Amino acid sequence: MHMADALLAPAVAATMYVASASAAGVSIHKLKKDDEPSKLPVMAVTSALVFAGQMINYTIPGTGSSGHMCGGMMLSALLGPYAGFLSMIVILAIQCLFFADGGLMALGANCWNMAFYGCFVGYFLIWRPIMNGKWFGEGKSAERARIIAASIIGCVVTLQLGAFSVVLETSLSGITELPFGAFCALMQPIHLAIGLVEGLITAAVLVFVHDSRPELLSGVELSEEGSAKRSLKTVVAILAIVALVVGGGLSLLASGNPDGLEWALFGNADGGYSTNMGLDEENFGVSSGAADKAESIQEKTSFLPDYAFPGSESAAGTTVSGIVGSAIVAGVAILICLAGGFFRKRKMKTE
Amino acid sequence: MQKALAELSEMDELAARKSPVHALHPAAKLLTTIAYILITLSFDKYDLSGIIPMVLWPVLMYQISGVELRTCFYKLRIVLPLVMAVGLFNPLFDKEIMLTIGGVGVSGGVISMITLMLKGVFCLMVSFLLMATTKIDSLCAALRKLHVPAMMVSLLQLTYRYVGVMTEELAVMTDAYHLRAPGQKGIHISAWGSFLGQLLLRSMDRAQELYASMLLRGYHDHFHYADIERFKLRDALFMAGCILFFILLRYGNIAQLLGGLVIR
Repeated sequence: MHMADALLAPAVAATMYVASASAAGVSIHKLKKDDEPSKLPVMAVTSALVFAGQMINYTIPGTGSSGHMCGGMMLSALLGPYAGFLSMIVILAIQCLFFADGGLMALGANCWNMAFYGCFVGYFLIWRPIMNGKWFGEGKSAERARIIAASIIGCVVTLQLGAFSVVLETSLSGITELPFGAFCALMQPIHLAIGLVEGLITAAVLVFVHDSRPELLSGVELSEEGSAKRSLKTVVAILAIVALVVGGGLSLLASGNPDGLEWALFGNADGGYSTNMGLDEENFGVSSGAADKAESIQEKTSFLPDYAFPGSESAAGTTVSGIVGSAIVAGVAILICLAGGFFRKRKMKTE
Repeated sequence: MQKALAELSEMDELAARKSPVHALHPAAKLLTTIAYILITLSFDKYDLSGIIPMVLWPVLMYQISGVELRTCFYKLRIVLPLVMAVGLFNPLFDKEIMLTIGGVGVSGGVISMITLMLKGVFCLMVSFLLMATTKIDSLCAALRKLHVPAMMVSLLQLTYRYVGVMTEELAVMTDAYHLRAPGQKGIHISAWGSFLGQLLLRSMDRAQELYASMLLRGYHDHFHYADIERFKLRDALFMAGCILFFILLRYGNIAQLLGGLVIR
């Protein structure tokens, strides 16, 4: 689910950065207020472990394939949502910096899609209510069942949310011509399967931890103190989850056949584009005094204007010179490479 | 998993080399890289001739820094197809002919696909360049200078330190598991929980020891960095020059200018 830089427009990337950074700011503030400096090494070691754990292949019984885990749910169950969120950010940053998995600019969006939902939505709406609820009765085996239910539901729901966000962000960036509905239909079912497998793996690990060291699990009340107060919250959470799952399921059915409106919205580029390569503004768009004025203001202020080259004459002329110029640029690039190689060789000889 | 370890150490080795690019202040490099990516992304999706000259900067930097382009593309072999895949649908949906070359019509979808792919490749190239010429410690120090919260930076540094340790440990465990379960692909479902769980428990204890040893060495609140080089005039000039160059490429279509010179 890691998004690359090319999939995002700068405005969307910046928005997602702001969103993720504010969530990170809140998390840091919370952790500082709790004053748990000893958490830092625990967070570091656990996130390093999750990072490495992502490379393990888990065989899925009955099929020939294998699954992986991503770890957002697991980290928040072990470290709590705030520390879990920060750990996930660091994991994503290392993946992006050292393995080119997701881009530098897309980091904000990736943190939101994979860490925010997994840690905050997964923890507050799913993990904690289920773990502190009365599902499956009392006792150790009931607790185990609750862990399994919470992990699977949590992973499926948070991955669905994440996948939907990817679709939304890409569509808003205007990058792909793929209609919104079709893109959804592509992403959601794949992530339903991934979420199920991830949920199972998370459940297996958490049950193991629960059996051997239950105190490590976060947000789980081991004593039998009153959970009656939470019942309403639990109901609301369960309803929300059901709604999401049903919604996700319905969207699969519905979006297999993208409807006309979506097609019109996302699929169909303005007719004006055909005659110019986005280099010539006059040929399309509304032309009224106000619109022109607004356009000229936008042109001056906007970071992303539909760029027009001054003095570009006909569409044909600009294209040809564009092609020739691009070829020259390519030639220059190759020359730079050759020159670099030449100087390096000479340096090696002198050494 | 061994491969990931090898890749990590390869990055460290690349970053430890010496070149004019390596010698630049990490903050200058980081900011310039971000500016480059932002400007590259801001090109219109049909502005193919505008985006092509953006290749000049990374190519020049690779040559100056002595990092081979081949290493970069070898490393990106897994990621690149994913970036390409999204653009692949564009030709199917956007079929309006935009220009004709020798009688063959090229549709808007093809142009936007190529532009998207180039954007992806360029961004990956510069991010790789940043990491190949900057050590993680100096990058962290630079982040600290840019007022990224101390907790995030320390966490990043510590995690990076332990990624190697944990990967090695898990690699040993996977090897041991496979030796005892020959002919089996991956980890069997009966061991899903205990395999990672065992290591998790051990690591939690290790983290406590780690914290104790940090305290014994005078850790309080954040790490201290040995003084990294100061932000010199050279770094400021590099940054300003590069960003000016990007803006020039963004607002003046160099490819068209050059082409116009030749054609007319």
